[in-house]
Amino acid sequence: MTSKTSPMRDWIFFVVFAIAVLTMPIWLAPIGAGYPDLLQKFMIYGLFATGFNLLFGLTGYLSFGHAAFLGVGSYSAVWTFKLLGMNPVPAAIVAVITSGIFALLIGYVSLRRSGIYFSILTLAFAQMSYNLAYSVLTPITNGETGLRVLRTDPRLFDSSNAVDGPLIANLFGIEMTGYAGFYFCAIVLLIAFFIAQRIFRSPFGIMLRAVKTNQNRMNYTGLNPRPYTLAAFVISGMYAGLAGALLCITDPLAGAERMQWTASGEVVLMTILGGAGTLLGPIFGAALIKYFENIFSAFNDQTLHEIFGFLPDFIEVPVVSVTSLFVGEGWHLTLGVLFMLIVIFLPGGLMEGFSRIGRLFKRSSGKSESRGAAAPAD
Amino acid sequence: MEILKVSGVNKAFGGLKALHDVNLAVEEGMVHAIIGPNGAGKSTLLNCFVGRLIPDTGTVMFGDTSLIGLKAHKINQAGVSRVFQTPEIFSDLTLLENVMIPTMARRDGEFALHAFKRLDRDAEIHDKSMHMLEDVGLAEKKDMIAASLSRGDKRRLELAMCLVQDPKLLLLDEPTAGMSRADTNNTIDLLKRIGDRGITKVVIEHDMHVVFSLADKVSVLAQGTVICEGKPQEIKGDPRVQEAYLGGAHL
Ligand SMILES: Nc1ncnc2c1ncn2[C@@H]1O[C@H](COP(=O)(O)OP(=O)(O)OP(=O)(O)O)[C@@H](O)[C@H]1O
Ligand SMILES: [Mg+2]
Repeated sequence: MTSKTSPMRDWIFFVVFAIAVLTMPIWLAPIGAGYPDLLQKFMIYGLFATGFNLLFGLTGYLSFGHAAFLGVGSYSAVWTFKLLGMNPVPAAIVAVITSGIFALLIGYVSLRRSGIYFSILTLAFAQMSYNLAYSVLTPITNGETGLRVLRTDPRLFDSSNAVDGPLIANLFGIEMTGYAGFYFCAIVLLIAFFIAQRIFRSPFGIMLRAVKTNQNRMNYTGLNPRPYTLAAFVISGMYAGLAGALLCITDPLAGAERMQWTASGEVVLMTILGGAGTLLGPIFGAALIKYFENIFSAFNDQTLHEIFGFLPDFIEVPVVSVTSLFVGEGWHLTLGVLFMLIVIFLPGGLMEGFSRIGRLFKRSSGKSESRGAAAPAD
Repeated sequence: MEILKVSGVNKAFGGLKALHDVNLAVEEGMVHAIIGPNGAGKSTLLNCFVGRLIPDTGTVMFGDTSLIGLKAHKINQAGVSRVFQTPEIFSDLTLLENVMIPTMARRDGEFALHAFKRLDRDAEIHDKSMHMLEDVGLAEKKDMIAASLSRGDKRRLELAMCLVQDPKLLLLDEPTAGMSRADTNNTIDLLKRIGDRGITKVVIEHDMHVVFSLADKVSVLAQGTVICEGKPQEIKGDPRVQEAYLGGAHL
């Protein structure tokens, strides 16, 4: 049976989630993830993946170009900093608007096709944006150097004009570094998560799932799938743009590499790894990937030798040379292996793993009752 | 009064003439059966009514509206619903969700951006959908995923999805194909019951038992043309019909 939804349950779920997010610095400290830089990344990429999931998880349309919106969001944010000042709120708002418009244009064209052709079209648009940012659009993007805020920029409403030191976004005087930066991102994520939760439960959300299941039946039911998919595409583009803006609050710098296809691929991995179509899955996936990236890419031969130092030399050397392929620069190899394992053994992602474990517990505690209700639903 | 009027419809697939100068008039409130051997063009004709195919020539009038060239969802919004030869349902969703979608489509139109409302707070949609599920006898299964239903239940679900929209015209392509006798009888009962609502129905059917227990009028289609028309009793004895089916075997 599918679990019944109710406003009460959703509120409890949201409050528990909010508490978990806000206390992350405490409970993630034991595994070495309790510091603001990494936590902030969890929030930003969690937001990115949550938005991606609204498109991919609900409608089944696999975009391979979402990094383009991340990039547009970053550029818009930095431009807002340059022109209006270092307050992150207007930057975020402008980023959401521009990436929404951008998504509307790309979505309008790409959604004329579905399946693999849609994916290829989005990929092509993203790579085009990436190349344009490097070449023709240099006046806007500052090409290879990347766009940054300069002391000479107008920053119309900025009170901190006179201040020396590095330029950092500040929210009415609170500088967006360290924990302040994390909490700002956490609150944005919570708002975005709340909206995503509402979309999941809304008539619009169920129409998006109908798009995924049977567009033919939708047509013969008097519904037009196209505007539904386009709306989902634009909303998820806005989420990506917002994430792009948040990437700039601690470090007000936007570069074209943010739009590259590897970044588009990463959000696909995060979503599938965590569990597409679930609310929490994409956030888990994003955190997991960023956490492992942080750990594995920090390893080098030196640290490996220390770890495997207890082994006799003739074993240690080959072990280190093999494992070194999977760490540091090569950590993507680890990611690839992890991804394959998940897709093969847990096609529903981490969330499926959790619910399997949950069911295991239920079965051992209440054996008698579960027998009859062999639900095909979950 | 005629609710559907088809005149001079031709449709060819490459060299194959699937429909050849088809004329058909469906009276409002009637059950109009279309029978004919395999490959006669029955499904093709239905496809021309719902916007899946566009006839090469000819007109299809639904009341005062021409259905030719209209998009499928517009035709549905005008009041035409269709049951397919193989049930088309939202297999990943629950039965209740399956019925809620058409219910919302009827109330809110082809697109509505209700992204912030809660569906579980929408009592109107919920109650109407539940009533419909009760009507077709699927109420206890409302939380099951549609994919797990039996063939007969899928068909009933699809019927519920069409009926909840209160269509003016309901098109049914072999509603009992592949069903057991018991399921077939259930479906006939159901179709008879909804007859009370005064919905005009066009039924394609191979099963003569179904045709004779439901239809007010029968059109026989063979090789893309209507070869004869009339009350079920008249059709039964017509030599042309027996000729078309198996070259003269008895119905
Ligand atoms: N899309 C298509 N492309 C090419 N030929 C088609 C197409 N659809 C139908 N046909 C052909 O048109 C003819 C009529 O097919 P149709 O499906 O309308 O028959 P039918 O009367 O519904 O038969 P059945 O009782 O088997 O469902 C058949 O010869 C079929 O092969
Ligand atoms: Mg057919």
